[in-house]
Amino acid sequence: MADHDDKPKHMQDRVERNVFGLMLATALAVSLAGIVQIVPLFYLENAVDGTVQDKLGNPSNEQFPELVWDRKLVQNADGSITSDKKLYAQDAKGEWKVADWKAGDGVRPYTPLELAGRDLYQREGCHICHSQMIRPFRDERERYGHFSLATESMYDHPFLWGSKRTGPDLARLGGKYSDEWQVMHLMRPKDVVPESVMPAYPWLAENMANEDFFGEKRDMKKRLEMMRVMGVPYTDEEIANADAMLEGKTEMDAMVAYLQILGTMVKLDDSKVYRQ
Amino acid sequence: METAVQTKYNDSVVKAFAFMAVVYLVVGTGIGVYAAAELAWPFLNYDIAEITFARLRVLHTNAVVFAFGGSALMATSLYVVQRTNGVRLYSNKLAWFQFWMWNLIIVAAVITIPLGLTQSKEYAELEWPIDMMITVTWVAYLFNFVMTIASRNKETHSHIYVANWFYLGFIVMVSYLHLVNNLSIPVSMWKSYSMFAGVQDAMIQWWWGHNAVGFFLTAGFLGMMYYFVPKQAQRPIYSYRLSVIHFWALMFGYVWLGAHHLQYTALPDWTGSLGAVISLAMIIPSWGGALNGMLTLSGAWDRLRTDYILRFLVMSLAFYAMSTFEGPVMAAKTVNALSHYTDWTIGHVHSGALGWVAMVAIGSIYHMVMKLWNTEMYSMKLINVHFWMATIGTVLYIVAMWVSGIMQGLMWRAYDEYGTLAYTFAESVEAMHPYYALRTIGGLVFWSGAVVMLFNVAMTLATAKSRREAAVTANA
Repeated sequence: MADHDDKPKHMQDRVERNVFGLMLATALAVSLAGIVQIVPLFYLENAVDGTVQDKLGNPSNEQFPELVWDRKLVQNADGSITSDKKLYAQDAKGEWKVADWKAGDGVRPYTPLELAGRDLYQREGCHICHSQMIRPFRDERERYGHFSLATESMYDHPFLWGSKRTGPDLARLGGKYSDEWQVMHLMRPKDVVPESVMPAYPWLAENMANEDFFGEKRDMKKRLEMMRVMGVPYTDEEIANADAMLEGKTEMDAMVAYLQILGTMVKLDDSKVYRQ
Repeated sequence: METAVQTKYNDSVVKAFAFMAVVYLVVGTGIGVYAAAELAWPFLNYDIAEITFARLRVLHTNAVVFAFGGSALMATSLYVVQRTNGVRLYSNKLAWFQFWMWNLIIVAAVITIPLGLTQSKEYAELEWPIDMMITVTWVAYLFNFVMTIASRNKETHSHIYVANWFYLGFIVMVSYLHLVNNLSIPVSMWKSYSMFAGVQDAMIQWWWGHNAVGFFLTAGFLGMMYYFVPKQAQRPIYSYRLSVIHFWALMFGYVWLGAHHLQYTALPDWTGSLGAVISLAMIIPSWGGALNGMLTLSGAWDRLRTDYILRFLVMSLAFYAMSTFEGPVMAAKTVNALSHYTDWTIGHVHSGALGWVAMVAIGSIYHMVMKLWNTEMYSMKLINVHFWMATIGTVLYIVAMWVSGIMQGLMWRAYDEYGTLAYTFAESVEAMHPYYALRTIGGLVFWSGAVVMLFNVAMTLATAKSRREAAVTANA
């Protein structure tokens, strides 16, 4: 043991005698790694494939323009935020549908219905058993598709990459099965995949998408608004109509809408090297 | 004499935390066993939303890490800090506030998690109002712990004992982690969105995730090790110098490891590689620490034959050494390519959690119960029974997960003679069934051991007074 003389002999001896010094030294020792590993991710452009966002959240990518949806939000003189392209709108029959975007046009914000589906995906804890992050290996490519890019989850608050594959990866699930298959599978997984150990989720078909816990409304307007605060580019109109899109939809509709969009936003070019 | 012992320290709050730790050990591992059974026999989900696997799994991790682990850490740290500094708690009231808040948080978790109220960040699922309660509780804990040390008599206790460094490191780091990882924007009372997205969110989550293991489940429990192993062995710690190295290397090094959870993902490659390299280097301080504990027994090894509590402590160090070797191996990129996303990770976590964390805490709690209630255990034999159940249960569990994990990894990447994938995903799920069943059995054995402990501790408490009196009469 160090001796118990009055004068500290070295640094260690000093902090061992002073709890505040020890606390400070410890606090410093544990903070360096976070500063080195986390902070640069907010500044290095190549951390997100070179995708950058402006003040309104408009994304752009010089090297790989196909990664993000090419639409610009503008802030008008009266402060309102609008765009010439619509993320979603009412069709001729009055149904709210994705409008000026089609699969492969690039990463875009989720529609209110998809976002509600994503919230349900979180509630049910799908990410506990399903990853959404394909690694750059041959077998994963053949099983799931092109490896995942950072840009593809740039609007994901929180990220849902998962850490375990008790079930298969879902990063590029969208469009692989029909809506009907997805519903059947969620209602009774063993009916379509006999080996499955997945629970059934029949209540999704019974609950309405705009009803949340304890009789509260699932307030999509508020949710989109907060997403915009965090840099997800929605127009005022898209926020205003958010709750309308959920009218008459079940939780199942929302969940399937989300599952069907997974991995379909970007059309990746096989001839390009997206990641070194 | 007896009253003198009892009034020297604030032990009532320590007793409360220690007893609740045993209760939560039974509850938390019990939920784990049921969740494990659901994977082996999915009908057990019964189409009830609140008990589906994903929700129970989250309840299980929260119950064992924060309810059991947290209570054990709080019990032992408040016990150790008083004894090694020769003072009472700075504030007994604040410690009781901490006790009731912590248990209130656990109740809130038990209600909200099965309802599906979650931030979806692993081990940080609790929604923002509960996170705020945790923050308040944690500040009270840090303040009380530090001020207790500061109020020691510097003449008689000039140097702060090493166990306190580890406890302090754990409390400080968890404050950082909790605050940063839970930064979110509430959209309603029970729903919030993480302030971060995509890669940044992933890195912050695993910086938290791995350090929940590194600081909550390692540094804090090493504090336990540095007090209870020498106490139980009745030998001073083997090497002071090794403790210093162990402490600073762990504080500085552990924090880098989070990135090894994100290898080959969309995170820039350098972060994962950095995580892997430092993971490898961490073998040195980890084994230094394990050896420091083990060698403390030099000259006292024969006591393992008769001292069942010491068995728990020594076995925990063996598991600590094993899982701190396994961890760096799994962080190596080539191994990680196979092991990531598989049950191997679950096996690794449990060799650490059951073998190291639970066993060192169980040993420490048995030691503490006898001191706190100033009595022998109701049954020393039952401690031995518990020891074997815990050991066998842990071994069954991790062997099942090693086999299933490596098998999954190999099946997913296997090619047939035509150069196409040899197995569908569903085939790999089907192949897991026997191992999921075996894992459930291992968990059940471990859980039964915990029930034996609860019985033993409860009987000890119930009979402590009468047996003390009997002892006095016999001596008179």
